[in-house]
Amino acid sequence: MEILYLLVPLSVALVFLIGWVFWRALDGGQFDDLERPAHDVLMDDDK
Amino acid sequence: MLGAERAFCCAGCEAVARAIAAAGFEKYYEARSATGVRPEALPPPAIYDDPAAQREFVAAPLEHVREATLILDRIRCAACLWLNEQALRRVPGVLRADVNFATQRAQIAWDPRATRLSAILEAIRTVGYDAYPFDPRRSDALVRRERRRALWRLFVAGFGAMQVMMYAWPAYVDAGMGALTPDAAALMRWASLVITLPVILFSCGPFFSGAWQDARRRRISLDTPIALGLAAGFAASAWATVTGRGEVYFDSIAMLAFLLLGARTAEMFARHRAGRELEHLARWMPSFALRLRQGASERVAAHALAPGDLVRVGAGERVPADGEVTEGASSADESLLTGESRPVAKRAGAALVGGSVNLEQPLTMRVTRAGADTQAAAIGRLVERAAAMRPALVERADRLAQLLTYVVIATAALAWAASGNVWVAVAVLVATCPCALALASPIVLTRAGAQLLARGAALTRSRALEALEGATDVVLDKTGTLTQGKPAIARVVLLAAEDEERCRALAAALESSSTHPLARAFRSVGHGPTVRALRNVAGLGVEARIDDRLVRIGARRFCAQIAGARSVKPNAQVYLAEKGRWLAAFFIDDPLRPEAPAVVAGLQAVGLRVHLVSGDAPRIVGALARRLGIESWAGAATPQDKLGYVSRLQAEGRAVAMVGDGLNDAPVLARADASVAMGAGADAAQLQADLVLTADRLGALQDVLVIARRAMRLVRQNLGWALAYNAIALPAAALGWIGPWEAAIGMSASSFIVVLNALRPLAKKETWKSSTSSSPSRSLSYS
Repeated sequence: MEILYLLVPLSVALVFLIGWVFWRALDGGQFDDLERPAHDVLMDDDK
Repeated sequence: MLGAERAFCCAGCEAVARAIAAAGFEKYYEARSATGVRPEALPPPAIYDDPAAQREFVAAPLEHVREATLILDRIRCAACLWLNEQALRRVPGVLRADVNFATQRAQIAWDPRATRLSAILEAIRTVGYDAYPFDPRRSDALVRRERRRALWRLFVAGFGAMQVMMYAWPAYVDAGMGALTPDAAALMRWASLVITLPVILFSCGPFFSGAWQDARRRRISLDTPIALGLAAGFAASAWATVTGRGEVYFDSIAMLAFLLLGARTAEMFARHRAGRELEHLARWMPSFALRLRQGASERVAAHALAPGDLVRVGAGERVPADGEVTEGASSADESLLTGESRPVAKRAGAALVGGSVNLEQPLTMRVTRAGADTQAAAIGRLVERAAAMRPALVERADRLAQLLTYVVIATAALAWAASGNVWVAVAVLVATCPCALALASPIVLTRAGAQLLARGAALTRSRALEALEGATDVVLDKTGTLTQGKPAIARVVLLAAEDEERCRALAAALESSSTHPLARAFRSVGHGPTVRALRNVAGLGVEARIDDRLVRIGARRFCAQIAGARSVKPNAQVYLAEKGRWLAAFFIDDPLRPEAPAVVAGLQAVGLRVHLVSGDAPRIVGALARRLGIESWAGAATPQDKLGYVSRLQAEGRAVAMVGDGLNDAPVLARADASVAMGAGADAAQLQADLVLTADRLGALQDVLVIARRAMRLVRQNLGWALAYNAIALPAAALGWIGPWEAAIGMSASSFIVVLNALRPLAKKETWKSSTSSSPSRSLSYS
């Protein structure tokens, strides 16, 4: 059970790390337009 | 110390600071003003008083009235709207202030003699909000920032909730088995606390700051119960963690926050979407124009154009301002303004509407109105103003929501006292959803305004939706409403062996410079014969020499002077004669709009009683009424008679919708329950009507009725749903039947349903306007 004392704080750290990664993505504008990607699929642009 | 406080200044502190300043200590702040600016520096409001800066966003409908649209920041719920309205209305010199929820904009009108725009902006900052004069680019940045922040809050809450749930799981599974050592359990609790902390402090920040701001003003808002519930739950759990005694419910708290934020985010998206429908009005105008000056062309900002400028409009480009064609021939798509998708031919002299699309050939135009003075801008302001003013039904709902909040808090306090369990109180605070009462109707109203506009009807007062829905009688005017309001040649009687085409051409040439109302009937675009020695004889007609012959057009006795006294068919309005003989007699008529019979039949088909009231001779009005199948009609009616007619109907308990041309019927329109004016854009701002048919197309009336009924039905459904939900949820939570997480799901679902319902289509066939108007930019950015 001792491993819990390592894993639980580790998971807490991980939560904050993932939160930070998400913030970077958000700040980079990845979620600014959630409608366009859906349309992009339909627009053939393979040229 | 004061300096440090000001550095961390929130809106609340600022309000306090202002109170101090008002108490006579402003000297101190004057010295400190450099440090008083918040990180996101705003231009000092004083620059907004500069007339040059105001040109963009301030309109002057009357000499001593100024109107502007302000974007409000930090608005969260209906209570904020109320506060901002109150603050604005309390500024001396402010004539009108209405706040729109969907677009977060305030429509204000003020008297420039009594106050300045900067003073009005100051009033908003005093109560802890911010306002900027409307500028589309600024609004975009605002929307993007709000979106990002909301998603970030939602993510933190959602991810935190998942993680906390994992820490809670061992405790739930273990319950009573003792496999989980007390130390491990404490570890889990502390981990939960650490993760829930950002969820509460950051994600739920808006709830707390909203509740706190209202508390400081001794008011209660929709945020208050939620903030109380979250705070009580978190405090109880944190206490249990620190002392090691009692239950922890971090998982419930985090999930609660996630669901509440989910509902709020969905509502925000819906609000932006509804706002966008209106927004694209503001984007009708292209940003740049090609101005011609001394033979050279230069690219200038569209709002920098001034009346008199010459502008080149390429094929496929948008017309940057109102004006008239000076060179070139093409056709224009004016559908954004009129809802009419057929191209309109444009030649030299034709009027161009800003925002319409030049379809075929390049045109040169002379600007008559630019920037905020254009028709498009005027209509956009009207419609926005309408969306800001709420129908009586919605006003009542807002008051009810306010009341309900007090009931909820009182019930929660009682439930806590009675049960001794804080979680019952939390459930009560969270389960009830007065938001649904306040949320969904603004979205519906904004969408209704936008969709009506797409069909060529500008809604200028939202109350018209309620009135149109309840209308039992429609009173129609004749001239300009059922008829086109412009004279046309109904019949030509030839009095000599002349070609009819030639007579028309002669008449057109003679009347080309006449200002007589009937002269409009003769206008044609073609080139007529050359006219010399043209002479206007007031009240009689026009004479000129054409091909060396003296020709006259006008009244019978005027023409008889040169044609000889031979009697002619007596009852035409206009005659054409040349030296020695009569040429033709013209019967002028105001033709019926082609769609009029179908519209009247359509109105009657949905159970409305249609009346025809006109100032024309009873014989003509009666004939028209019979032709259209209208049973009740009145002719030779003066404006007073019309007023009396409408009042009589109202006295019988009928709800009257009056349709008129909006200029001559102003008093009747004001008297009717709902008023509709026919107006081709130009006059839209002056027309005193609830609704202006900008397309000058009577057919839009049917669409209007359909959309009004549908919009009000959605509003009613939403209000009904919100009331029913709360009537069940409140007692159930108070009796402890539902726990906090169930309450959160119920509340969120209720909000979702209301928002989704508000987004349902308002008319059977959705136009593609909004999507086509945005597609160019989309394809550009895509490639």
